[in-house]
Amino acid sequence: MTTTASSHRQIAPPALEMTNVRKVYPMGDDEVVALDHATLTLGSDEIVALLGPSGSGKTTLCSIAGGLLTPTAGSVVVGGQDITAYNTKRLAKFRQETVGFVFQSVNLVPFLTARENLLVVNELGRRTGKQQARSRADQLLEELGLSDRRDNLPSQLSGGQRQRVAIGRALMNEPELVLFDEPTSALDTHLGEQVMQLIRSEMKSRGTAAVVVTHDERIVHYTDRTVRITDGVLHA
Amino acid sequence: MRIAWRELRRRPSRFVTATAILTLLATLLMLLGGLLDGLIDGATSAVAAQRGGIIVFSSTSEKSFPRSRISPSLRATVAQVPGVVDVGGIGVAQLGARVPGNGPRDLADVALFGYELAPRGVPAPPGPGEAYADRSLERKGIHPGVTIEVGPARTPIRIVGMVDGLSYSDQGTLWSSPDTWRNATNANLPEAGVGPGVFQALVVRVDPGADPAAVARRIDGRTGGATESLSLGAAVNALPGVSQQRSTFNQIIGVTIVIAVVVVALFFALLTVERAGLYAVLKALGATSQTLFGGVVLQGVVVTALATAVGTVIALAIDIAIPPGSIPYTLLPSRVLTSALALLLAAVFGCVFSLRRVLRIDPASAIGTGQ
Ligand SMILES: Nc1ncnc2c1ncn2[C@@H]1O[C@H](COP(=O)(O)OP(=O)(O)OP(=O)(O)O)[C@@H](O)[C@H]1O
Ligand SMILES: [Mg+2]
Repeated sequence: MTTTASSHRQIAPPALEMTNVRKVYPMGDDEVVALDHATLTLGSDEIVALLGPSGSGKTTLCSIAGGLLTPTAGSVVVGGQDITAYNTKRLAKFRQETVGFVFQSVNLVPFLTARENLLVVNELGRRTGKQQARSRADQLLEELGLSDRRDNLPSQLSGGQRQRVAIGRALMNEPELVLFDEPTSALDTHLGEQVMQLIRSEMKSRGTAAVVVTHDERIVHYTDRTVRITDGVLHA
Repeated sequence: MRIAWRELRRRPSRFVTATAILTLLATLLMLLGGLLDGLIDGATSAVAAQRGGIIVFSSTSEKSFPRSRISPSLRATVAQVPGVVDVGGIGVAQLGARVPGNGPRDLADVALFGYELAPRGVPAPPGPGEAYADRSLERKGIHPGVTIEVGPARTPIRIVGMVDGLSYSDQGTLWSSPDTWRNATNANLPEAGVGPGVFQALVVRVDPGADPAAVARRIDGRTGGATESLSLGAAVNALPGVSQQRSTFNQIIGVTIVIAVVVVALFFALLTVERAGLYAVLKALGATSQTLFGGVVLQGVVVTALATAVGTVIALAIDIAIPPGSIPYTLLPSRVLTSALALLLAAVFGCVFSLRRVLRIDPASAIGTGQ
């Protein structure tokens, strides 16, 4: 029986496999190499900090891993799904179903309540029934300590509360991989640590993998592993 | 779509300006349509009420009643054309009428018809020297039992009843027997002289199984080109001023609709620019351009439908507020419907101008921009 269990764990595909990924942006007649020979593998429940200075290619890597951008070369496999050659439409569906994003700036829909901001994900994707989506949203809000705030508009929430709503939104579709692009940069140190604590516990309790982009060294305490990036090149 | 709908409900203030402008445009559109229909109605309702598919003029008349003459023999020829079921003579004289109790200079403009086949809403021709009067003439003191005097010869005509909604060249009509009409015409307009049995035109009823256009051609063939036969609709359009009024008003109406398109296009283009960040985030979450554009169209249509509804209510209120007979204004349900439809199409068309912008929004711009 134990063999079955352990072999099962081995079958679970890596959350992310980027192989020799290169991204070149055209810049007038010139080109900018934002990412070069980037190879990165994330275990199915691994949290990795992506650390690097401004302009080093962190956002570019996240965008490619999350299907927001297509690589110039190399391959990208997320949760066993090879998205390298996906077109715009398939990428949209992939994002709906397989990944979650938490953006640097809190991009909640301003005229929707906290709860409705979570439900938007289901309305776009229609993975589950309404009732199921509602109970999932309520459960997430409860975990994030926002139960009493679920009917508030973003403008009625604090910066930290908004970022927590954004985390809830990223988890609504039960993603294989969540991409955090500088989730704490808009928050003060204390709040930033609280949010990181929350991110870690949410990811670990679900067994969901995550990439956390930052240039803040302290964040590495909350992650399993740190990958450094400079000028588009990754270092372990 | 759902998000767009919620935005409408939660942030109505964002849409107030566009709704207000579109309401003004919708009201203007309904008013223009009502005026056009009122004007056309005032100029043509007496002819449009004729119960016959074809009106036959003499060929040299240029489709004008006063210039047209149909002799008894020509009439007999027309009556024998296959497909013709019934023929009635008709003639009209436009005269000033003295009404007892009114000042000597306060003449009522009337169009005195002589007829054989009763038009819609009019009984069979009354006795000699008698006429039915259109209700719009009530304002001038013309009522049943009153005897008026028409034209310089002061031909007496006794009013024996009232009829509704029949005017000709913006004049109230009187409906009399052919002889009453001939006598009044010959006494007051001697140069127009109509001989015994002569009419200005014929109202022809066509066999329901026959094609009216074919029957009209056959009539003109049988008379050797002495007649010009028109469908009732064409005869109405040939009345003086009708086609000019129509084309002028339709141009103004067209411009108003174009302005509605521009208003919707500009408003939602601006809104789309404003929402670029939000749309990028929604695209990053998996929303397609179709979904987002569908939301824009939904908002455009809802805003326009609301404006149209309010505009219709205003136009109806104006219709009720206008004293009858003072301004030619008739709000027809068909006009309200076509105006509403035109506005909704304008809304959809206006939204199309935002489509390119929605398509071009890059979901990748949602991430990493520390705006
Ligand atoms: N759309 C683009 N067009 C052209 N060049 C781009 C584009 N996006 C990013 N770049 C360039 O690619 C490089 C990597 O950018 P990226 O945004 O990935 O950096 P980053 O590590 O996220 O930086 P930051 O910490 O400032 O957010 C930079 O040199 C940047 O100027
Ligand atoms: Mg960045």
